[in-house]
Amino acid sequence: MAKKLHDTPMLDQLESGPWPSFVTGLKREAAKKDIMVDLLGQLETSYKTKKGYWKGGTVGVFGYGGGVIPRFTELKDENENPVFPDAAEFHTLRIQPPAGMHYDTATLRKFADIWDKYGSGLIGLHGQSGDIMMQGCTTANVQPAWEEINAMGFDMGGAGPALRTSMSCVGAARCEMSCFDEARALRTIINANIDDMHRPALPYKFKFKFSGCPNDCVNSIQRSDMATIGTWRDNIQVNEQQARDYMKGHGMDKLVNDVISKCPTRAITLRNKADAVSGDSISTVAVDDQHVMQIENHDCVRCMHCLNVMPGALLPGKDKGVTILVGGKSVLKIGATMGTVIIPFMKLESDEDFEKINEMSRNIIDFFAENALEHERTGEMIERIGLVNFLEGLDIDVDPNMINHPRANPYVRMDDWDEEVEKANERKAAA
Amino acid sequence: MAELRAPDECGVPDPMPFMHPTLRDNYGKWVFHSHPKPGVLYHRAENGAEVWTVKFGTARQLDGYTIRLLCDLADKHADGHMRFTARSNVEFMVTAESKIDPLIKELNSHGFPVGGTANSVSMISHTQGFLHCDIPGTDASGVVKALMDELHEEFIKCEMPNRVKLSTSCCEINCGGQADIAIIMQHTKPPKINHDLVANVCERPTVVARCPVAAIRPALVNGKPSLEVDEKKCICCGACFPPCPPMQINDPEHSKIAIWVGGKNSNARSKPTFHKLVASGLPNNLPRWPEVAAVVKKILSVYKADAQPWERMGDWIDRIGWPRFFEKTGLPFTKYHIDDWRGARTTLNASTHIRF
Ligand code: HEM
Ligand code: HEM
Ligand code: SF4
Ligand code: SF4
Ligand code: SF4
Ligand code: SF4
Repeated sequence: MAKKLHDTPMLDQLESGPWPSFVTGLKREAAKKDIMVDLLGQLETSYKTKKGYWKGGTVGVFGYGGGVIPRFTELKDENENPVFPDAAEFHTLRIQPPAGMHYDTATLRKFADIWDKYGSGLIGLHGQSGDIMMQGCTTANVQPAWEEINAMGFDMGGAGPALRTSMSCVGAARCEMSCFDEARALRTIINANIDDMHRPALPYKFKFKFSGCPNDCVNSIQRSDMATIGTWRDNIQVNEQQARDYMKGHGMDKLVNDVISKCPTRAITLRNKADAVSGDSISTVAVDDQHVMQIENHDCVRCMHCLNVMPGALLPGKDKGVTILVGGKSVLKIGATMGTVIIPFMKLESDEDFEKINEMSRNIIDFFAENALEHERTGEMIERIGLVNFLEGLDIDVDPNMINHPRANPYVRMDDWDEEVEKANERKAAA
Repeated sequence: MAELRAPDECGVPDPMPFMHPTLRDNYGKWVFHSHPKPGVLYHRAENGAEVWTVKFGTARQLDGYTIRLLCDLADKHADGHMRFTARSNVEFMVTAESKIDPLIKELNSHGFPVGGTANSVSMISHTQGFLHCDIPGTDASGVVKALMDELHEEFIKCEMPNRVKLSTSCCEINCGGQADIAIIMQHTKPPKINHDLVANVCERPTVVARCPVAAIRPALVNGKPSLEVDEKKCICCGACFPPCPPMQINDPEHSKIAIWVGGKNSNARSKPTFHKLVASGLPNNLPRWPEVAAVVKKILSVYKADAQPWERMGDWIDRIGWPRFFEKTGLPFTKYHIDDWRGARTTLNASTHIRF
């Protein structure tokens, strides 16, 4: 039994309505724990004054430099004593989930038990970077709670100027669009660089994210410093039975309006069977006895739209791999930036492929560590030094897939144009 | 003092032992999916194996009782496994169609809304707010609870032209991320500096360097080292506040809420896009933010009525154009909608492409 609840007239208003209420959850814990009674007291105060009352500090676990988000209350009375003393310390442990956020119930129950014992009982599933957020812990309880979590086989996530917790989509586990083993790629790269997560020493945060196809369900282009996204370079695969089923269910109007005319590059053409064209780069599927849908795969940009609308009828090709983009980040400080292509295509199937992407990731982190200014993200660094300097630092060849269009201004020195042409010719010869 | 245990740097756990057995057995072998009804997905593997996923919303901040309840339900209905989505929805996998309805019934009886699949309004991506952040201008969980109460029908039905992803952020850093509709704190007054504290707590060069418009200068105030802000230059972004708590940017009255639309992460059809400002100046009106909810619902209702199937918010606006977006939603177009940050000229219309 915990102490008596503070009055929370503002928060109480968030207990009604059809959506599950976090306030009801907090109150259930408050019935057992004083830390939660006082957390509710401070939260209600914030609702009244429209002010936050947390400040950071330094709290950690033995052996690691990061992963705990310290929170000390700043809501003090005239004698500098906390107004809500039992929630004066309310730290969070960021814990990395299994790739793809799969759980069995035994594991989740164990988390709940540990957090009953050492924390507030409140677990955030999950943070925007993908962490299990064990929220509400006193300084004294951080270490013992961590030791029990760690003994379960779970490790601390990232915080501060460090490699951050990563995320991958459901992908191969339950999605026919998946073009690579997202979980394996995530674990290969993160676990190889785990030192940079646990001992923050980078200029600023660095995030990897992994999406199995260009639908990019984990928002990797906009939310990660290095995005690995599945794609393919041969022809879209077709399944005639599924295509005919689609047609039966939806009709010609939908096929034309929803699929064909929404292809961004006009790669799809509907033809009478008799007029069908042939060629190595063309995917053809009959949608009824009269018509075939034909995709010119050289024109297709793998946007996923037609595959999304006709699931099963159209599937990614067989020659799968990944596209890699770097430099996505949110607003601070130059404005939001998206990742840009640095590797248009690479295979990601064999052990050597995974070793290759692992090595490249390490090189990118190293380049970032050496060249970024303090508190500068990879995208800002690239904007400052130019993509070409970044590519040269990593020994990656330029490629027209990296741009929307060539430069539209003449403000550049091109003394060694001839040498660059020479290099271009060599690349062409080697390809 | 007890011996401290050295950490086992085990890294990211292998998902295989945690994964539903049907997903594990067919890893990488799926060939088809469909959407039998709101909140339910069907997947088939190349060998014919089938799985139905039932997806439902949570409060994201979960207490022990709720976690254990989810576990009991997963043990009873879903072979003891579950997974979470990036937007804090939970997915239970079942291997027979007959298991779906009893599961949905029981989830609903415990107050979990089943939905969030395909062309629905899914759960709002959000962060910490007053609960745990040290710089918030408003709450996160509360805004989301209030809005999802209003959008509940759109979550449990799938009647939108395409999926709608929402986010909220309690400061301009925008942890919630790019979205079809993003709700973001917008400060309108420069930080008030608590000079007594600057000397004690702030690394002044770090704060000066953080400002995107170089508005902060070191200064002596009452004989003590402090900072001053050129208020004409200041764009009220709040970037100086995290490294320097005395730069008090949050203001109960003047910190407003802005609404942005048309962000898209997926590469489907158009390339990914950032969301764009459409409304601001909305009051930070706790605990239910009715003014924000009204604008969000207005935008959604116009989009729902006007967009073609598969058009995301941004695709729709690309077709109808911004003037008609403002006309149809009734939102006022002001000089603040015209960008003047770096790269702004690329956002201006340099053509005669004008719809009449
Ligand atoms: C100073 C206090 C801050 C707090 C308490 C805070 C808190 C958080 C939390 C709890 C998350 C979710 C983390 C997770 O998933 O584990 C998050 C994500 C994020 N934060 Fe912050 N944050 C802070 C400062 C910043 C700053 C200074 C920036 C940017 C310059 C920033 C940018 C972001 C972004 C972009 C995300 C989402 C990342 C993603 O999608 O992967 N935050 N923040
Ligand atoms: C069966 C697996 C899935 C399929 C077939 C699928 C399909 C799609 C499609 C077709 C889109 C793009 C829609 C469009 O713009 O036209 C999309 C976007 C998205 N999906 Fe999924 N999805 C799946 C699983 C997931 C999961 C598990 C999550 C979350 C954990 C997720 C999160 C998202 C998000 C956040 C977006 C929006 C990205 C944006 O803002 O554009 N998806 N998905
Ligand atoms: S990103 Fe692609 S592969 Fe991954 S879950 Fe989304 S649709 Fe499936
Ligand atoms: S995946 Fe290719 S063919 Fe299909 S709509 Fe997109 S660009 Fe067109
Ligand atoms: S959006 Fe801003 S205030 Fe909200 S959690 Fe993120 S950093 Fe904190
Ligand atoms: S609020 Fe932003 S613009 Fe204003 S002084 Fe602080 S960092 Fe500079």
